[in-house]
Amino acid sequence: MYYTEEHEWLRVEDDLVVVGITEHAAEQLGDIVFVDLPDEGKTVSKDDEVVVIESVKAASDILAPLDGEIVEVNIALSDNPGLVNDDPLGEAWFFKMKVEDLSALDDLMDEAAYKKFIG
Amino acid sequence: MGTETLERGTGGRPGVRRRDSDLRRRDRGGIATDIPRGWPQSVSGCVLHPAERGDMSELRRTALYGLHLELGAKMVPFAGYEMPVQYAPGVLKEHLHCRAAAGLFDVGHMGQVILRAPSGQAADAAAALERLVPVDLLGLAPGRQRYAMFTDAAGGILDDLMVANRGDHLFLVVNAACKGADLAHLRAHLAGDCAVEEVADRGLLALQGPAAASVMDGVAPGAAAMRFMDVATLDSAFGPLWLSRSGYTGEDGFEISVEGAQCEALAHALLAHEAVQPIGLGARDSLRLEAGLCLYGHDIDSTTSPVEAGLSWAIQTARRAGGAREGGFPGAGRILRELADGPARQRIGLRPQTRAPMREGTPLFATEDAADPVGIVTSGGFGPSIEAPLAMGYLPVDLGQKGRTVWGEVRGRRMAADVVALPFRDPNYKR
Repeated sequence: MYYTEEHEWLRVEDDLVVVGITEHAAEQLGDIVFVDLPDEGKTVSKDDEVVVIESVKAASDILAPLDGEIVEVNIALSDNPGLVNDDPLGEAWFFKMKVEDLSALDDLMDEAAYKKFIG
Repeated sequence: MGTETLERGTGGRPGVRRRDSDLRRRDRGGIATDIPRGWPQSVSGCVLHPAERGDMSELRRTALYGLHLELGAKMVPFAGYEMPVQYAPGVLKEHLHCRAAAGLFDVGHMGQVILRAPSGQAADAAAALERLVPVDLLGLAPGRQRYAMFTDAAGGILDDLMVANRGDHLFLVVNAACKGADLAHLRAHLAGDCAVEEVADRGLLALQGPAAASVMDGVAPGAAAMRFMDVATLDSAFGPLWLSRSGYTGEDGFEISVEGAQCEALAHALLAHEAVQPIGLGARDSLRLEAGLCLYGHDIDSTTSPVEAGLSWAIQTARRAGGAREGGFPGAGRILRELADGPARQRIGLRPQTRAPMREGTPLFATEDAADPVGIVTSGGFGPSIEAPLAMGYLPVDLGQKGRTVWGEVRGRRMAADVVALPFRDPNYKR
C-alpha cells in the first residue's frame, strides 16, 4: 500500500492503480452521504479534482494522485456512500487508474511514513 | 475533508480537501476547521465582538465544557463558544438516536433574559416588549410560551426568540451570537418600563425525542403533564428547573434552565438513562432542518421579513391590520403590507432530485439554462431521517409553489430540485 499527503491510499492490482481514502480521512470526514464519480476513460493529471465526496458536514475533493487514465469507477459507492465509512481500505475504493510509469509510486509514503505524517 | 483539520496536524495540503469555491460564507473569520458550511459561527445581522470571531483563546465555555471533553466530543468554535459539534457516534447516528429515543443538547451558549416590570406584572413587561416584536404577548397566558422575533425598522429580523410568561415576569431565550445585541436593543427601547436582566448563572439544556417526557418526568415529576409550549418551574434534586415543553428538533421534548452549579449533575443524571445520548451541533442542525425550522443568520436575518420567511403564523390577529393592537412594532408598515398583499419572495423547502446535497449559498434558477439566478439556498444538507438531501431557500412566490421544479447550480452543474412543503417531516409535538 502507498499513501499520499492527500490522505489517499493506492495499491497495485493487475497493473492498475486502485485508489481510496484512508481510515483517518474517512473518520475526519464523518458520515459520507454522496459520492460523485468521474467518467470511465477520463484522462487525468496529478492533482486534478476527480471525485467529490459529500459528508454530513461538507463537500471535499479527491485529487488524482498520479497522471493516468481512469479505467474503472466503483459504482457501488453511488448507491451506498456509507461504504466509505464502513470499509475505507477495502470495498470503498473509488477508482482504478492506468498509469504509464508505476515507478512514480516510489515517491509516495509507506504505511509507517503515513502514520507518522498524520501524527 | 474536514481536511482543514487534517491539514492542521500535518502541514500537508489535503487532497481530500474541502471545497469552498462554490459557496458563500458568512463572516467566517479565521475559525474554519471542520465546521460544516452553513453552520453558524457568527451571524450576519448581529454585531459580533471581535472575541466572538474565532480567536480560540477568547472562546467562552458553558457549564458542561468538562463533560463534553469527558464524553469525547469534538469541540469547535460556535458563536463565541467552544461547543461540541459531535460525539463519538457521529452526526448521522446522533440524529437518528434523537428521533428514536432521546438526545441531550447543551444549549448553554444561548442567552437567557428576564424582563421585569416595576409593577411585578408580566402583562406590563409584555406590553413593553410588544413594541419590539410583531407578536401578541398580552394574549400570552401565564405558564405559556410563544415564538417571536425582533424586527427592525425595515421589517427585517434582528433575532428570533422564545418568550415565556412566568407569572410575574417574562423569560426570553435568544440566540447566542445575538445576545449582546439583543440585550442592548432591549435596554435601549424598554428603559423605564422594564428591567432587563441577563440570567448568567443558569445553564440551559434541551432534552428531545420520544423518550424525553418519561425521562424528564423521572427527574422533575409533573414534566410529562406539560403540553407543547407550556412553561413551568418544577422541583428536582438539582434545584428548581425552569422547563418549557419545546425544542429545535421537531420532536417532543423540553428546554431546561438549571442553576449553573447543578447543570453538570443534571446532565449526568439525564445521560445515565439508557434512552439518552448526548447530541452535538451537527445533528442539531440536521434535526432542525428536517423540521423546517429557521436558523438565524442563515434562513432569516435582517434582509428577510417574517412574512417572507413563512413566519406569519407567529403574528397573531391582535397585531395585524384591524387587530386590537395593530402594528406598533418596528417595520410594521412593510410587514402588514406583506401580510395583506403577499411578499415578493418566500422561504421554501427543496428536495434535490439526485443524491447531491445543495448546500447554503447554492444559487437557484428557474430553468436548466437560465442565465440569472432567481433565488438561493439558505440551509442545505442531508436529512438522515428522510435519507435524502434537503434544503431551504428563497424563491419568488410564483416559482416557489409546491410541485415546481427549479435548478440549483452545484459545482457548475445545474441539478433539478422539487419545491416541497415545509416541514420535511411532521413534528411529534405533545399538543
